[in-house]
Amino acid sequence: MAAVLSVSSLHKRYGATAALSGVTLEVGEAELVGLLGPNGAGKSTLTGTVTVCGAPAGSDTARRSIGYLAELFRFPGWCTADEVLVLHQRLAGSSGGDAERRELLELVGLGREARRRVDTMSKGMQQRLGIAQALIGSPKLLLLDEPTSALDPAGRRTVRELLEELRRRGTSVLLNTHLLSEVEHVCDRVLILDRGAIVAAGAPAELTRARGVQVELASGTRVFDGAAREDVPRIVSDLVAAGEQVYSVQLLRSTLEERYLEVVA
Amino acid sequence: MILVARHALRESLRRRIFAVVIALSIAFGALYAFGAHELFKDVSGFSDDSSGLDPKTLAGATILGLAMFGSLFLGAVLAVFLTAGAVRGDAESGTLQPLIVRPLSRRRYLAGRLLAASLVSAGYVAFAYLGAVLITGLIGDWWPSNVLGSLIRLSGAAVVISALALLGSVFLTATANGIAVLMVYGAGLLAGLLGEIGDAIPSHSLQRIADVASWTLPFEELYRDALRELVGSAHGVTGAIIKLGPLGGSHDAGPLLLPWAIAYVVLAVLLAGWAFMRRDV
Ligand SMILES: Nc1ncnc2c1ncn2[C@@H]1O[C@H](COP(=O)(O)OP(=O)(O)O)[C@@H](O)[C@H]1O
Ligand SMILES: [Mg+2]
Repeated sequence: MAAVLSVSSLHKRYGATAALSGVTLEVGEAELVGLLGPNGAGKSTLTGTVTVCGAPAGSDTARRSIGYLAELFRFPGWCTADEVLVLHQRLAGSSGGDAERRELLELVGLGREARRRVDTMSKGMQQRLGIAQALIGSPKLLLLDEPTSALDPAGRRTVRELLEELRRRGTSVLLNTHLLSEVEHVCDRVLILDRGAIVAAGAPAELTRARGVQVELASGTRVFDGAAREDVPRIVSDLVAAGEQVYSVQLLRSTLEERYLEVVA
Repeated sequence: MILVARHALRESLRRRIFAVVIALSIAFGALYAFGAHELFKDVSGFSDDSSGLDPKTLAGATILGLAMFGSLFLGAVLAVFLTAGAVRGDAESGTLQPLIVRPLSRRRYLAGRLLAASLVSAGYVAFAYLGAVLITGLIGDWWPSNVLGSLIRLSGAAVVISALALLGSVFLTATANGIAVLMVYGAGLLAGLLGEIGDAIPSHSLQRIADVASWTLPFEELYRDALRELVGSAHGVTGAIIKLGPLGGSHDAGPLLLPWAIAYVVLAVLLAGWAFMRRDV
């Protein structure tokens, strides 16, 4: 898979604090990568540096192919949703016109709010407008810094569906978040960042490890710690040979949350 | 750049900044007209004077000099409010981030902000000053010797202040920068007063300090030079009295001032751009 974003050994210091110490990562085409990590891990620094909030790097062409929504952003309160998008269409050199704006507002669930002023919008609506803004000019890569932190459950769901839609369209996404469930549900791959370094990486299923096998017997449930899927036939035949009645067998996996707490401890 | 400027201008419009400013200016103009009317009436009493004093010039230059001071002061306040938060202030509120990731160079962003602030503040200064000239002329039948020259210098002073506020905005938060620029503006005025005292005593070292300070802060030198343009033609006793009195700050800056002011603004924007490049937003 061709990499849309490729970062190698990225270091970033703020005075004495090393915000990033040697981060290497790739985001493939149409891949949805989740960047997890505790507060202060360096997630925002990473996305900020990749875009241009850090040092202004990269050609205009590169900038046009990136959409970015900062963790902290605000649109001028006196602008309407539509005006925000018009300004960004001009800045981005997008020729999408009316149709693009309407489509993007529709996509983020603000189809009927085009003429609404930003200062009358809830934080969640502003956040969704922010995502629409980041999608102007159909960027190849979208970087979202905690886009759902201000949203209620319904708003989060809208964003989740939006991310899935983007993947269908072939847009790559790097998503910063501290919401594990989000990542577990939608991401193709997860990176866990802690103190400026990637401490775990892989598909959500790879990161959640087999923890054991739980068997329901007539005498109650028994857990075989450390056992894996391959061990199940042997465990069952041993139990049957021992005269037990087996009602159910369940593979136990550590959740992403457990894995996360393990690596960032 | 034009886009950024237009966006900033529209913000001023939408926020009713213009409406407030124009309403207050009309009140200010009415007050000024009343003051001018009273003044010209009073001085008309000592017109037949053998000392060579021209009361009309004295009254006109005095009150118009005051109007220049007032216009520039209000223009400076406008300039400061429009640009004080251009970089750090807007980064803290989060309005800068979405703009700066677009294919828009930081230098162009700054130039756009300066353009908008200059149009508003210099435009306002020009509007207020021309209004005052008109009122003075219609009421007292006295016209300054070089309206265009003083207009250009006065408006230029507002542009210089905008550029300083823009430069400061890269380093300071909006409030701190606003305070700093207004204090620098005050320091410039103080330098002008020092020069006036230096002329009166006369003290060469005071004059030197004033000259160095007002070339370092060229909005002050522009202001002093604009005052000179006002009464360039007043000679003899009238000229002397005006120079010692209300227009004591007037000072002939010579032909290098305008090029220096332009270079100063360009340098300020380049320096701001250079510092902005080095900053994380
Ligand atoms: N502008 C800055 N100046 C100084 N330190 C900063 C700055 N931005 C971030 N940091 C520091 O860098 C580290 C990473 O911060 P950040 O990238 O914001 O983390 P996250 O987004 O994962 O919460 C933190 O220790 C933070 O204090
Ligand atoms: Mg962050």
